[in-house]
Amino acid sequence: MNKKGWKEIPIGGLIDEAGSAKKYNTGSWRTFKPVVDESKCINCLQCWIYCPDSSVVVKGQKMVGFDYDHCKGCGICASICPVKCIKMEK
Amino acid sequence: MAKITPLTGDQAVAEAMRQIDPDVVAAYPITPQTEIVMTFSQFVADGKVKTEFIPVESEHSAMSACVGSAAAGARTMTATSANGLALMWEIVYIAASMRLPIVMPVVNRALSGPINIHCDHSDSMGARDSGWIQMYAENGQEAYEDTILAIRIAERKDILLPVMVCQDGFITSHSVEGVELLEDKLVKDFIREYKPCMPTLLDTDKPVTYGPLDLQDFYFEHKRQQSEAMKNAMATIPKVMDEFNRTFGKSCNIIEEYKMDGAEVGIIVMSSTAGTAKVVVDELREQGLKVGLIRPRLFRPFPAQKIIDAISGLKAVAVLDRAESFSNCGGPLFNDIRAVMYNSEKKPLMLNYIFGLGGRDIFPKDIADVYKKLFKIVSANRAEESINYIGVRE
Repeated sequence: MNKKGWKEIPIGGLIDEAGSAKKYNTGSWRTFKPVVDESKCINCLQCWIYCPDSSVVVKGQKMVGFDYDHCKGCGICASICPVKCIKMEK
Repeated sequence: MAKITPLTGDQAVAEAMRQIDPDVVAAYPITPQTEIVMTFSQFVADGKVKTEFIPVESEHSAMSACVGSAAAGARTMTATSANGLALMWEIVYIAASMRLPIVMPVVNRALSGPINIHCDHSDSMGARDSGWIQMYAENGQEAYEDTILAIRIAERKDILLPVMVCQDGFITSHSVEGVELLEDKLVKDFIREYKPCMPTLLDTDKPVTYGPLDLQDFYFEHKRQQSEAMKNAMATIPKVMDEFNRTFGKSCNIIEEYKMDGAEVGIIVMSSTAGTAKVVVDELREQGLKVGLIRPRLFRPFPAQKIIDAISGLKAVAVLDRAESFSNCGGPLFNDIRAVMYNSEKKPLMLNYIFGLGGRDIFPKDIADVYKKLFKIVSANRAEESINYIGVRE
């Protein structure tokens, strides 16, 4: 990525666009990734509530997987899961 | 018609703040700045200003509130001294980095310890690398004028940097002098209605983020922008002063050159001590001695070219610092001046004197002795010991 020089960026570290954090793929920070065993999941959505990066994807009130572009692999979902259906894998 | 009013330096600054009528003032009282906050809060209570006054619980909170307020698009001021400036330290840098045009009168006081409430420049000299513009006033009149000038300087689109307006604690801040107050309306016209140059926090049509994390990939670019703003400030501040001079019939300059015509030796000193030194210059000139005085009124950005032009033709110069830097290489003013002279073809012999720490008085005789010493090193053509102390007991 060709980053802009000091003359081209807003001064003072200002971010002049709302919601731009989505463009930052923090998933690249990850060492271990969460993997869900859907056969065991009870869709309690505790993982969705606890995920600090909004990276648990829910569709139709069902947990359907992870947003690996933004999941940093912190493991909170695996830790909070009451039926232990999320494993952290290399 | 402007009128002369007997005011302390603190009161003069509070009058400037009344005329500026900032949107927000967040401040905490500390000696010897207290009278600024006290006088201004009375203006607030009496309805003489429309300012939202925030009596915070500490200076750290004062500057934090100022950062929030300025980012929200409000014309914002505070004031402090010494340990108060030290307590707001973290946010002092953040205000400059976020390019918020906050104006802060600083009443110079020794920074502890041992604890001391009297004048020296150790407080604001510590903040010289914080990215703030720094002006140093010789007297209450100048502190008043600098406060008004600072608003225009800080808010310019090509600058957008906060400004400290420094005056000497007690010597200036608590001495009553005749201060010529400009007409309220003319001051209002000069500072203009505030229109923030950057998008503001409260503009919901164009939401922005202030103060995000800024790591290896962009931090350096933002620092480079700050350097550029300081360069712009150097080019622009004389223009703002010219406009002020034309409007009000004044003679502000970034450095003052006093009786430098034909001078062979000179003293460079900031703030109130320059007033004492001028008396000595007058006396020595009457005796036929070719002495002069240079007083930087602007310290950040540093008026390098003006200093070079003013002193490169002299035979010897003494720089008087009201702060110690503990580098064993002299005070902060001396170091800057010696550095800018390095590439000058002609350079005078140079001495440094540390003086007045913790409010220690400096007398005309002390300054006359410095001039005597300068003539002595000119005769010897050698500066000998370059770091000296005035008024300390051996």
